[in-house]
Amino acid sequence: MAFIPPKETYPGRVYSVSIGTGQKEITVGGENVLSFHSFEGTVPNRPLIAHEIQDVPPTDWPESVQKPYIDVYANPVSWAKYCQDVLNAKAIALRLIGTHPDRENRSAEEAARTVKEVVDSIDIPLIILGSNHTEKDSSVLIAAAEASKDRNCIIGKAQEANYKTIAAAAVANNHKLIAMSELDINLSKQLNILITQMGFDKEKIIIDPMCSALGYGLEYTYSVMERIRLAGLAQNDPTMQQPIMGDVGMYVWKVKETIADEKDVPLWGNTEERGITWEAVTAISMLIAGAEILIMRHPKAIEAIEKMIDELM
Amino acid sequence: MALTGVEIFKLLPKTNCKKCGFPTCLAFAMKLAQRQASLDLCPDVSEEARQKLGEASAPPVRPITLGTGESAVKMGEETVLFRHDKKFVNPCVFALGIKDTLSSEEIEKKIDEVRNSVIDRVGQKLKIDAIALLNDSGSPEKFGNLAKILSEKAPEIPVILCTTNLSAAETSAKLYADRKPVIYGANSENFEEMSKIAKNYRATLGIAASSSGGLNELSELTEKVKKLGIEDMVIDSGARKAKEILEHNTLIRRAAIKKNFKPLGYPIITFAQREDNLLETLVAALGITKYSSIIVLSSIERWKNLALFTLRQNIYTDPQVPMQVEQKIYKIGEPTEESPLLITTNFSLTYFIVSGEVENSKVASYLAVMDCEGLSVLTAWAAGKFTASKIAQFIKESGIEGSIKHRELIIPGYVAILSGSIEDKLEGWKVTVGPREANGIPAFMKSRMK
Repeated sequence: MAFIPPKETYPGRVYSVSIGTGQKEITVGGENVLSFHSFEGTVPNRPLIAHEIQDVPPTDWPESVQKPYIDVYANPVSWAKYCQDVLNAKAIALRLIGTHPDRENRSAEEAARTVKEVVDSIDIPLIILGSNHTEKDSSVLIAAAEASKDRNCIIGKAQEANYKTIAAAAVANNHKLIAMSELDINLSKQLNILITQMGFDKEKIIIDPMCSALGYGLEYTYSVMERIRLAGLAQNDPTMQQPIMGDVGMYVWKVKETIADEKDVPLWGNTEERGITWEAVTAISMLIAGAEILIMRHPKAIEAIEKMIDELM
Repeated sequence: MALTGVEIFKLLPKTNCKKCGFPTCLAFAMKLAQRQASLDLCPDVSEEARQKLGEASAPPVRPITLGTGESAVKMGEETVLFRHDKKFVNPCVFALGIKDTLSSEEIEKKIDEVRNSVIDRVGQKLKIDAIALLNDSGSPEKFGNLAKILSEKAPEIPVILCTTNLSAAETSAKLYADRKPVIYGANSENFEEMSKIAKNYRATLGIAASSSGGLNELSELTEKVKKLGIEDMVIDSGARKAKEILEHNTLIRRAAIKKNFKPLGYPIITFAQREDNLLETLVAALGITKYSSIIVLSSIERWKNLALFTLRQNIYTDPQVPMQVEQKIYKIGEPTEESPLLITTNFSLTYFIVSGEVENSKVASYLAVMDCEGLSVLTAWAAGKFTASKIAQFIKESGIEGSIKHRELIIPGYVAILSGSIEDKLEGWKVTVGPREANGIPAFMKSRMK
C-alpha cells in the first residue's frame, strides 16, 4: 500500500496583525494551517513572545523570577530598556498592576505617565495591560491609549463588562485590542461579535481566551485554543480568525510548583529550574494549541521557547 | 477502511438466530460497527467474513503492551486527533535512556532515579515508566552487560532495547524473553533477522526509517515485517527535529485514524534527547501533545519529571468528565484557630481558582472543598448537590470544629440564598456571604481585616 500523506487544506486563514512602528514593526498570524503545520500550508510569521514588566516593583512575583530584574525593576523605563537592549526582547508587555484599587491604586494619570515614558524609551512594540479590574481598567486604559497614540500598541484586556470604552480608546489612538473571555469558545466569539458591532475592525482584535498554568486547568485553555483555531480555519468563521494571546507568566508564577522551596517539597526538585520549566512547558503547550502571542516573565524560559520555535519553524 | 453497519451485515449469516444475544443480524452488525460487540459472539460466521471483519474492526492504532506484571504499560488504541473530540486513551510512556558506555555504578544510580521517580498528583501515581538501553558503544558485549545488569537489578522495569546490532539484540532479547520488551531495532538492512529475534522472544519490534526515507520507507518496512509474521510494532520515522516530529506524528496519526492506513497504525517512539535539557523538556512536551507513545529522555531530574508528568496528565484527562479534587479541608498558608473558613465545590478548576485567589489574598485560611461530583458551584447548587443540609453535614463530619475557635463559614456569593438554611442546620454557626467570583476574594479578605 503506497503512502499518500493525508494533508489538510482549510478555507480559512488567521488575520495578519502588525504591531509597533518603523523598523521594529512585527506581524503575527497570517497562517492558513494549524500551528507550525508548514508542511501543508503557509506559516508566514513566527509567534511573538513579549517580556512582561510592571509599573510597580514586582514584589508579588516569586523570588526566582524577581531575581533576573532586581537591578532594573524599580523603574519601568530601565526595566523595559534592559529587556530590549540586554535580553533582546522582541516586544514588551507593560502591566499596569499598580493601578488596581487593592494594590497601590495609582491613578489613570500616573499610569499614563509611565506608559508615555516607557513607549518613548523603546522602539520595539508595546502591549499595554490593565490590572484586570474591569471598572478601573476603563479609565486607566483610555489614558494609556492616549499616552501611546499612534504607536500601534496592543491594549487590553477588554472584557464583556468594559469593552465599549476600551475599544473606543483603541480606535481613537490607532491601537489593537485584546478581547478577553473566560475559557469558553462561545463567550469568546460573542465578545468578538459585540466589539465588531461597534464598528471596530475585526482584524484589529487579539483573542485572549484566558490562559491557565500547567496543572491548573491548562487542558481547558489548550482545548479552547484548538477549537477557536479550527473554527477559524476549517469552518472559515470570520469571528474566530484573530491571532490568539496567552498571558502565560501571570498564571504560572503564582502556582505552588513555581514557588515552593525545594526544602519543603524535596520530591519536586530545584525551585528555580522547576519554575522556569513550568513557564516554558505551559508556553509551548499554548503555542502548539494555537497561540500566536505569549506574555512571559523569566528570561531563561523565553530563551528556551525562542529556541524551540526555531526548531519548529 | 472502517466498515459501516450495513457493510458488516452483508458479511454475516443473516439467519437472525439470536445466538449472539442480539435480536437480529442487523442489530448485531450495528453494534459491531460501533465497536460495542465482538465478532466472537457469532458462532456461524464464515472464515472469509471473519478475516475481512477482523481487519476492519481492529483499532486504528494497534494496542501494544510494554513490559509485564504490575509495571506493564499500554500504548496505542487512540481514536481521535484532538482531545476535545474524545479522551486520548493511553498516556505516553516516558523512558530514560541509559548508555552502555556507563559504569555499573552509574547504571545502578540511574535505576534508582527511575525507581524513585514516583510522584503523587491529584490522586494519581505518576512515574518514569521504562528504560531505553542505548548501544552507544557499538559493542554487543557492553550492550549485553547493560541488559544483564538491568534484568537482574531491575527486573520489573519495562525496557526498550535500542540496538541495530543483531548479536546485541539477540543477547539482550533472550534476557527479556516473554517480558514484552521492545527491540528497536529493525531498519531496511536488518529487518529480516530482527524479525526472527523478535519472534523468538515474543518481543515488540521497533521499526526505524532512515531520516531521508521518512514515512514512505516506514510504511514499506512495517508491511514487510508484518508479512514475516510480526504483529506488534512501534514506529520511528527518523524525525528528530521538532518540526519533523510534529509533521510526521501528525501525518501518522491522521493516516491511521482518518484513512485507517494500517501500515502506520502503530504507536510512535520519539527520541527527544538534546544537549540543552530545557529544550529536551520542550521537545518531550511536543511529543506529549502531538501523538508520541514512547518518549525517550536523556535525564530525569525531578523538576523536569514533575512538569512532564503534569502535562501528560492534563492532556490525557477525559474532556467529558470534570476533573475532581479530593473532598477535605485544605489549609492555605498556615492557618490558626482564628483563621477564616471558606467553602466551595470539588470541580478541579473551581478549586484551583478559589485556592489561588485565597493564596493571593495572603490571609492564611481553611478551604473546605466539598464533593459535588466535580460540578462548579452554581451547577452543583442547581443539581441539588451543594445544599444546606449537605454542607452542614460535611462541615460537622469534617472535624474542622476541633481546629478553629470561631464558628463562621464563608460561602460563595452565588449561593447567598443558602445562608439562612445553613445557619438553621448548623447550630451555633454564622454564615457570611463571600464574593460571587473568585477574583473578588482578595478584596473581600482585605476588607474583613479592617
